[in-house]
Order: sequence, then C-alpha cells, then structure tokens
Amino acid sequence: MADTPTTSAAPVEVWITGVGLATSLGDSLDAHWDALNAGRINVDETGYAPYVVHPFAPVSFDTQIPKKGDQRQMEAWQRIGTYAAGLALDSAGIKGDKDVLAKMDMIVAAGGGERDLVVDAGILNAENYGTTPPGILNERLMNDLRPTLFLAQLSNLLAGNIAIVHGVTGSSRTFMGEEAAGCDAARIALARIASGQSDIALIGAAHNGERKDLLLLYEFDNFNLRNKHTPVWARDTDSGFALGSAGAFLVIESRAHAEKRGAKPFARLTSVVADQARRKEPGQITEALSTLWDELGAVTGARAIISGATGAQPATSEEKDFLASHKDVAVRATGTIFGHTLDAQFPLGLGLAALAVSRGELFAPNDASGFEIAMTDKPTQIVVIGTGHWRGEGMALVEAVT
Amino acid sequence: MTATRDKFGRPIVVVTGMGVVTSLGAGKTDNWTKLTAGESGIRTITRFSTDGMKTTIAGAVDFLNVDPMTSAALSERLADMVAEEAIAQSNIGTRGDFPGPLFLAVSPIEIEWPQRQAVARAAGANAGIDYDVLLRASGGGQFAPYHRRFQFASVADHLADTYGTNGSPISLSTACASGATAIQLGVESIRRGETDAALCVGTEGSINPEAMIRFSLLSALSMQNADPKTASKPFSKNRDGFVMAEGAGALVLESMEAAIARGAKILGILAGCGELTDSFHRTRSSPDGKPIIGCVRNALADAGMVSDQIDYINAHGTATPENDKMEYLGISTVFGERAKQIPVSSNKSMVGHTISAAGAVEAVFSLLTLEHQRIPPTINYLVPDPAIPFDVVPNTARDARVTAVMSNSFGFGGQNASLILTREPV
Repeated sequence: MADTPTTSAAPVEVWITGVGLATSLGDSLDAHWDALNAGRINVDETGYAPYVVHPFAPVSFDTQIPKKGDQRQMEAWQRIGTYAAGLALDSAGIKGDKDVLAKMDMIVAAGGGERDLVVDAGILNAENYGTTPPGILNERLMNDLRPTLFLAQLSNLLAGNIAIVHGVTGSSRTFMGEEAAGCDAARIALARIASGQSDIALIGAAHNGERKDLLLLYEFDNFNLRNKHTPVWARDTDSGFALGSAGAFLVIESRAHAEKRGAKPFARLTSVVADQARRKEPGQITEALSTLWDELGAVTGARAIISGATGAQPATSEEKDFLASHKDVAVRATGTIFGHTLDAQFPLGLGLAALAVSRGELFAPNDASGFEIAMTDKPTQIVVIGTGHWRGEGMALVEAVT
Repeated sequence: MTATRDKFGRPIVVVTGMGVVTSLGAGKTDNWTKLTAGESGIRTITRFSTDGMKTTIAGAVDFLNVDPMTSAALSERLADMVAEEAIAQSNIGTRGDFPGPLFLAVSPIEIEWPQRQAVARAAGANAGIDYDVLLRASGGGQFAPYHRRFQFASVADHLADTYGTNGSPISLSTACASGATAIQLGVESIRRGETDAALCVGTEGSINPEAMIRFSLLSALSMQNADPKTASKPFSKNRDGFVMAEGAGALVLESMEAAIARGAKILGILAGCGELTDSFHRTRSSPDGKPIIGCVRNALADAGMVSDQIDYINAHGTATPENDKMEYLGISTVFGERAKQIPVSSNKSMVGHTISAAGAVEAVFSLLTLEHQRIPPTINYLVPDPAIPFDVVPNTARDARVTAVMSNSFGFGGQNASLILTREPV
C-alpha cells in the first residue's frame, strides 16, 4: 500500500514467515531439504548439449493455478513463478486471506518470457536472414505471433498473474536487471517494512533454464557451461554457468503483523545491502563484497554463507578471494545445486537460508573441490551473497529469531 | 525557518531538476512551447517498413542518430539526455558523482530482429535455421557486445556509470505506470531517510516492428493512419486506441531540507504517491473501477489532501476506448460532481503514449504546468464522448491557477499509480 501516514523512528523487526520453492529439486520444503542433504542435483547434460541445464521438476500446476485458462495465458517462467508464489502464501498461512492479500505489497524480480522458437526460426528462414524485403518480417509476425504471447513475455506480467491468481493486490512492482533485481526486491521490501511504510510483502522471482533463446543470449559472451556439470567453485578455468529453473518466493512481514495473526517465523530478515562495482579493474568485486559484509552489521554468531556464485569468471574467482578471508565459515553454493537462475538466485538463497535457520542445521556440502566445509553447529546467522555474472553485488543477513 | 517535514513528520520531497524528450523535441523549453501550442509529434513511421501493418504511425524520436540502432540503445540515449538535463538544472553533486540512487523505468529488453538476423547470416547460407543453428554461430566472441546490450540492467548500468549514482541502480517495469513507479521509489527512499537525493528516470525507445505488432495484436493501437497528427483522440467518442511513442523524462528529487541547505531552486513538491493493483484481468480494468478509485484515494491520503485541493488532473488518457471510460469512472467516483468541472487533459493527444516513460514525462509536464500556470490541452477533441463529461481543456491551452496536480498512470497487468505534485508544501 502506498498510503504511508507515518514513518516509524525505530526500525521494525522483519520476519520471514513464508517460503515457496519450486525448482529442479522439487516443490516442497521437505523435498528440498532431503535432496540437499543427499547431495542430489538434477542436471541435463544431453538435451541441450553441449550446454548443461537444470530442468524444472514436474509439478501439478493445477494445485496452485486452478484455472487452465490462467495457465494457458502464461509461459513456463510465469507458471513456475505463480506456482512458487502460491506455495509461499500457503507457507505463510495467508492463502485466500483477502484482508491480508489486499494490502500486501509485491516486488517481483523478472526477466522476460520465452520466445516462440518455431516462429522465430520460420521467419529467419522465410526472409533469408533479413535479406529479403522487410514486408516478410511484418507479415509473418502479424500472422504467426499469438496475441497472448506478448503478455506471457512481459516482465511485469509475472506479478500480474500472481495478482490475478492469488489476489495479492496491495501493490505490484517488478524489478528487472538480472541477479541484482532479486536482491533489490528484498532490499526495498525490507526497507519499506522496517520503516513502517508497509506491513507485509511477497518477494521473489522465477526463471526457466530450459530455454534456447536464453542460451543464445549468454552464448554471445561465452557464459554457458559446456559438456559436463561441475561445482561452481571448480570453474576457475572452465568459466560458465548452467541455466537453472526455479521459482523462489518469500513472505516477509513486521514482527508485530506476524504475531497479531499468530504466524511463526522461519527466520528474521535483518539486513539486505547491495552495490554495483564498476568491474573495470581486477579486485573491485572482492572489494565491494568486503564493504557489503561490513555494512551488514555484526556477523559474529554461528554463521554460514549461502552464495549465489554463478561459476562465470572473473566474478566467481573474485568472490572466492573474498570468501578466503572468512575461511572458517561454511559456504554453500546454490549455483552448483540448482544452476544459475539469474533474478531468482538471491530469493532462492534467502529461502534456503530461512529453511536452514528454522531447521537448526546447515545442509550438506556439495563440492568435490573441498571449498565447502561441513558445519555441525546450529546456524544462527546466514549471510546470503549474490554476485552477478556481469553486474551487481548484494548480501543479506538472515538470523534465527530468539 | 521553513518547515521541511510534512504533516506526517516525513521529509518533504522536492524536485530540483527536470529533463524531458519526446517526439516533439528535446528539452523542457521546446517541449513546453509545442505542448502548449497544441502541436502533435505523431507521424508516419519512416524508421522501418510498415508494409502489412495495421498501424503505421507513431510518436517516434527520429531526430537522434543512434548507431547501431536498437530499442535498448535508443532507450539508453533518451535516458541519458534527460538525466543530463535534469542534473544540470539541479546543479547537484559534481560531474559524474550524483549523491543518491537511480530508479529507472525502462521497457523489458530482449534480443531484436537485426541482431537475430546477423547471427542467422553468420550461421551460413542454405542452412535451415533453428535455434540450434543460431547457438552454434553465436559463440566465439564475435557477438559479445550483444550480451551487454541485451541485459535488462544495461541501460541503468550506463546511467549509473555516467552520472555516478550511488549503490545498486534499480530498473523497473510496472508497464504503463513505470515512470510514476520510478518516482515513487525515489520519494520513498528520501522519506525513509536513506538518501537526500534520488535520480528518477523513465525512458522508452521501443518503436520497432515486433513491439508495434504485439500491441496491434492486442487491438490496443489506433489505426487512424491517414492523418497521424489527429490519430490520438483521448476522451473523444471516435477514439480507437493509443499511439505508441518514444521519449523520456527525468526528475532530480531531493529532501526539501537538503535542497534549501545547498540553495537549490525548488521546482515543485512531490506531495504524494498512490498505487493499487487490479487483479481483474491481464489487460482490462476491473469494471467496477475499484482499483483505480483506490489508487487515486491512496495518493490523496499519502499527500494528506482531499480531492477538492486538486485543481488539475494530468490524465493517463491513452485514447483506448477502455482506458478513458475507466478513468472517468475512477475520477468521478472520487471527485464527485467536481469531475465535470476540474480540468483533465491528456498529453498523449500530442506526444502519444510513451509507455514506460509516460509517468515520468507527464510528471515533468505537470511540474511545468505548475511553473507556468498554464494547462496543456487535449488536442483532436472534436467529437466529445457524452459518457465522459470531463473538461478536457479542448484543443487550446488555458491559463489557470494551478496549485496541485494529480498525474495518473494505469497499465497492463493491473498496474495503477498516481502522483500528486504541488507548487508549495501542503
């Protein structure tokens, strides 16, 4: 909601009260937890060869998007996101609660929807790659594009679909800008609640990794991981990421709002900070991450790090350099397990951090290179790191509620 | 001592710099002169062939040379121009070091046809093209600049680098409300005390065949191609859709306290922002108008004002049959009988619909209305729609006492946002 009659003086404590994850590993929190501890990774090395992708695990979309008509209006990324958003609302216990949903803010981080690959290819063939009179392009687009495809591609229509399907209608903002958008969605939503401008928000993102049009975009600058899946920490010389598929949404709200409705927290979202290093000189990413770590506030407890490192260089090597100054801290890379889900990677990290804090343990390492170490202590603080493959650095501090 | 906090105790947010470019021209002076002269920037498209297209007109910005031409590159260039104009007027910070964050409204970015065609050509003749063939031809670095160009963050990255804004720049889309949302994000960050200043920009450079055809397939565009300048007819009975247009608007927002402290000239106050989401349909408004009504009321409540205090409405006024009807329903519900007296005009009759930029462009025009005490008209208003009895300031600009303006933006995906701008703090 925008009517913000007062801005409170003391920051309001903000809780994560709902987590919805639908990824290559499944769609329930238990399924994720079990898979993480079993070291399971769902990866496809052949279907898009030589590129490696993490396919979305099959789900019954009907359970969260009951109307087939709604499903047909969405491309895969929107279905994944609308589905995961529904899981988050269920998890927070507010699905269908019209009073809460009508004043709930929503900040979605989104890219764009998939192209119609057949239409694109048909046009390129028909017009002999742009060398024929331009009328052919117009004619084919007029005849071949489905009118609704545009809406299934539009960035802000993931939020639009969540509003339509789940009734989240307080506000709807869509941030774009790859990895940083996912971090900024959390940062702005937290700032709004902490300052009293808002009570409750749905934040998150969705990504479909099984997309040749996206592989094309990243292939231009050789960002795609080829041939064989490896841990992101082992890609020093074999730079790249495997596109991943995930919807990751969280419900965050003021402690007072949660307590009033009897909601239990997974964790506290204490702080989210972000910057954009210029990346013109080596070391600038490492330096930016060090500064953000200091800005997070006291990170002194039994802590762990959940990193969204992509495996693309030099960003991941620079992040490793930063992590080297926190050698005693257990690190987990979501990029190894889920692949790279761009806008969704940071919300995914937040969701897993909330889950780990609430379950009182960090999930198992999944890294043959030995960079990830075991953690036996109960994590009370988890720092989520997001370093964009090209731009953007962000961090969040997720803490146990005591 | 001037009070620098509003009645709710929040820092008052002021505007100290503005920049605008539309199909009418570049800069505030040129735009304001033409806008108040009732000129149209809508023309027959010459940028590309419109063979076979149902709509062949647009408010394209064709007086710039952008090479290589892409919608992303043009959006970046337009944003650059308005940011420079706004920062220069504000005289804030030092060159390349803007003391606050960037909020950028920009259309979704994707690979465009000329680039797709270039990759197809590189794949070699006689190959049956599909995405596998494109993928094999796309690597190796020869197309590396395409990666950067078609990142969603690329326009904001350029601005952040050029103007030295602080922190992580935010690129956003709330469809046709994006420009207003960018301003709202800036207002909120200043009110939270995170920053004393913010650079809020909306930009749109998307006149390309596929973008036109997508809107055309949704039956959203005017097809009155024969006489481009009269095609955009907001609130007229013979309106038949919006005219796509390009442009950009920028505001430098500051806390009033900071602006006064550095002796900056205050151009206006950002008194209130409202938003409310419509869950009715992907492209249509709820028939009861409740989300629009709620959005307008939220903006008034946020400003601590009542509708009687608003003396001009800068309408969304796209000229689609649906929008204009719903806008009247929303405004008349909140404003009551006053809805028929208060001036309500649509800049889109002249500059077309600058989509992602519209909220920012129209905020600039609203501030110029306050500055000049002159209301730009709704042109092409020859056949009034009896169902929309607004005073649309028909065809000719009007001098008027204007102390508070409401600027509305309503978009696809249920996106509604309203801003309230005033001459003095309220």
